[in-house]
Amino acid sequence: MASDVEKWKDELYGTEIRAEIERFAEAGWEAIPDDEHDAWFERFKWYGLYHQRAGQESYFMMRIGPPGGVLEPGQFRQLVEIADDFSRGPAENPEFGNGWIDVTTRQAIQLHWIRLEDVPEIFDRLEAVGLSTVQACGDSWRNIVGCPVAGKDKHEHVDADTLATELHDTFKRNETYSNLPRKWKVSVTGCDEGCGQGDINDLAFEPAEKEIDGESVTGYNVRVGGGLSRNEPRLARDIDVFVTQEQAIEVAGGISGLFRDHGDRENRYNARMKFLVDEWGPEAIRETLQADYVDFELETAGEDLRDSYSYNAGEADGKHDHVGVHEQDDGNYYVGLNVLVGRIGVDDAYELADAAATYGSGEVRLTQRQNIVFTDVPAENLDDLRGEAVLDDYSPDPHPFQRGSIACTGTEFCSLSIVETKNRQVRFGRWLTDNVSLPEGVENFHIHLSGCTASCAQPQIADVSLRGMKTRKNGEPVEALDIGLGGGLGAEPQFASWVAERIPADEVPGAIANLIENFTEVRDGNESFREFVAARDADELADLIEPEETDYDDPYLHNTKRTWYPYADEDDLEASPAPARADGTPISSDD
Amino acid sequence: MSIALRTLDDGAWISVNNSRQVSVSDVWTLSRGVFCDCKPAYVLLEAFLDVRVDGPTVVAEAVGQCLECGVRETITYLPVGRIVDGTFEPVDPETVQSVLEPAGKH
Ligand code: HEM
Ligand code: SF4
Ligand SMILES: [Zn+2]
Repeated sequence: MASDVEKWKDELYGTEIRAEIERFAEAGWEAIPDDEHDAWFERFKWYGLYHQRAGQESYFMMRIGPPGGVLEPGQFRQLVEIADDFSRGPAENPEFGNGWIDVTTRQAIQLHWIRLEDVPEIFDRLEAVGLSTVQACGDSWRNIVGCPVAGKDKHEHVDADTLATELHDTFKRNETYSNLPRKWKVSVTGCDEGCGQGDINDLAFEPAEKEIDGESVTGYNVRVGGGLSRNEPRLARDIDVFVTQEQAIEVAGGISGLFRDHGDRENRYNARMKFLVDEWGPEAIRETLQADYVDFELETAGEDLRDSYSYNAGEADGKHDHVGVHEQDDGNYYVGLNVLVGRIGVDDAYELADAAATYGSGEVRLTQRQNIVFTDVPAENLDDLRGEAVLDDYSPDPHPFQRGSIACTGTEFCSLSIVETKNRQVRFGRWLTDNVSLPEGVENFHIHLSGCTASCAQPQIADVSLRGMKTRKNGEPVEALDIGLGGGLGAEPQFASWVAERIPADEVPGAIANLIENFTEVRDGNESFREFVAARDADELADLIEPEETDYDDPYLHNTKRTWYPYADEDDLEASPAPARADGTPISSDD
Repeated sequence: MSIALRTLDDGAWISVNNSRQVSVSDVWTLSRGVFCDCKPAYVLLEAFLDVRVDGPTVVAEAVGQCLECGVRETITYLPVGRIVDGTFEPVDPETVQSVLEPAGKH
């Protein structure tokens, strides 16, 4: 039987949702009929609006997806102003205050505490600078990710920025592809470093070269069916197809059409491309694509550049991210700034917007490591940019534990989450920076924290993967983390293996400290952490993790999900001010 | 009066009459050693797979993991609440649940 979600999508989905949002915004939150809440909130996702978790009714998360993470001059500032005016909650976050923007692992911006009544004005302001929330959530083409410095980078082989933008322009608001069985995530890589993270996407374009009619042509190889969610991580699989830039659009439409028609609409758990590829195999995907979805003869795969991929490849040296000062191919520089767990308070964000405009072109790009990049900075401006006070906190040269930290949304706003994430990761990073040193020559160490198995923080491709769990400590349930080790991308991508389970969250920094100490002691010469993990079996590794309490203090051990907001003075669900009217006054419920 | 029951957001919660009533990530106490050998078993629910009514009882199918022994299993019959006069009354996850069919039976 088709799920309720499929039924609702059949009735109304895609661009038609816009008018309904406007209608409800005009009439106010209470105008949404009680018995239609589930249906409308499911539909709103298509326009980038996600109803926040229990205890926060009537407040929405809003996601804005610029293709490839490129925010043109002026766009970043507009987002900051919108956050300043509309993204304010009824309580403060102790680390981040009230009013901020989140940079996400798929190069999008997320705003929280958005009121439905404000949405039309926000949409207008976004559109005024060429931004939109369309398909940022929901069952369709999500934000297209790619090399964050595409078009600027010395390592580039094909212009990934152009393709990402063309895909965005073709498949956003495109009725033929607006209702897919589930989300559809696409990545475009153009460089020889592999920073598009294609391997963990539903559809990946990767740079390649192919001899066609005696001529060497540059374009892309195609992989499909990667993803991290639900304890079932998959690397995208090679379907032996090479495309030119022009063919890429048709093939992308073809593959998402294949998914639209053959993906599992009966069972949402099973409705991802990775499971279809499991079931059919890459050959059958290719055959069906050729037979039913494209009008020209597909080329077989070309020569790829995967052997040179260095991004998150686990070597002790090598380029792991886009943080720092790097020369562009035009002689200007791009400057990657570290954003701890992706969150920027509005006051800082204004200063960053100013700095980007003063010293560079004003363009700000978002990376899949939740960081930002200023582009087009002339050499003579670099020193002045480095001297800006705001760069003390958003540093081009951060400590490895700050630089390597990624955290998802967690119990603060997300209904799936099992544990608190962002504030905890900030505290982990601070404690590790103060207490732990990495061995000689290890400049990069990635620690990713996800609140549940959906894996939004991409834990499986980190050196240390942390995933939300619970355990019992002194007879009480407490928030805990599973610990995985040795994940990463590169020529030989590898998912972390889970070697320690249900470690109470307050013992995790101690566990990481002991692990790094053991690694420093027994590693072979300048073995990287990933090589070190690969050379050992799970039991050996588990022995190297010795969880223990330290002077690290974890204020979020109790069940943060049972609160309306984990940091409120009165955090009890009963004390929730939600749902609330547009002006924030609670709407009393008398059922 | 008919009751609208469904799981949403990838099994994150159970909706009863369009209101979020039961959420994953709570620890449920299960008795009788039917989930695993632990007595009682403290089981973290990770996802709801299905929900239905059985008489007045709202019953979920869920995936969970035992916090002591680590067994991860499907629970086919987990009472999560009751419908009383058309209103949902949730079961407290911390009270011991004994009405539980053997895991794996479908
Ligand atoms: C309010 C609830 C949620 C919040 C705040 C949230 C937040 C996020 C964020 C920040 C990202 C990365 C950014 C992006 O896509 O632009 C993300 C990605 C993701 N989300 Fe969520 N999410 C929520 C609900 C969900 C749900 C319900 C699911 C599953 C049904 C889910 C599964 C994922 C997965 C699998 C990824 C991507 C990981 C990858 O790169 O493969 N999220 N989410
Ligand atoms: S990983 Fe889980 S907890 Fe974290 S944002 Fe994604 S769905 Fe929510
Ligand atoms: Zn057990």
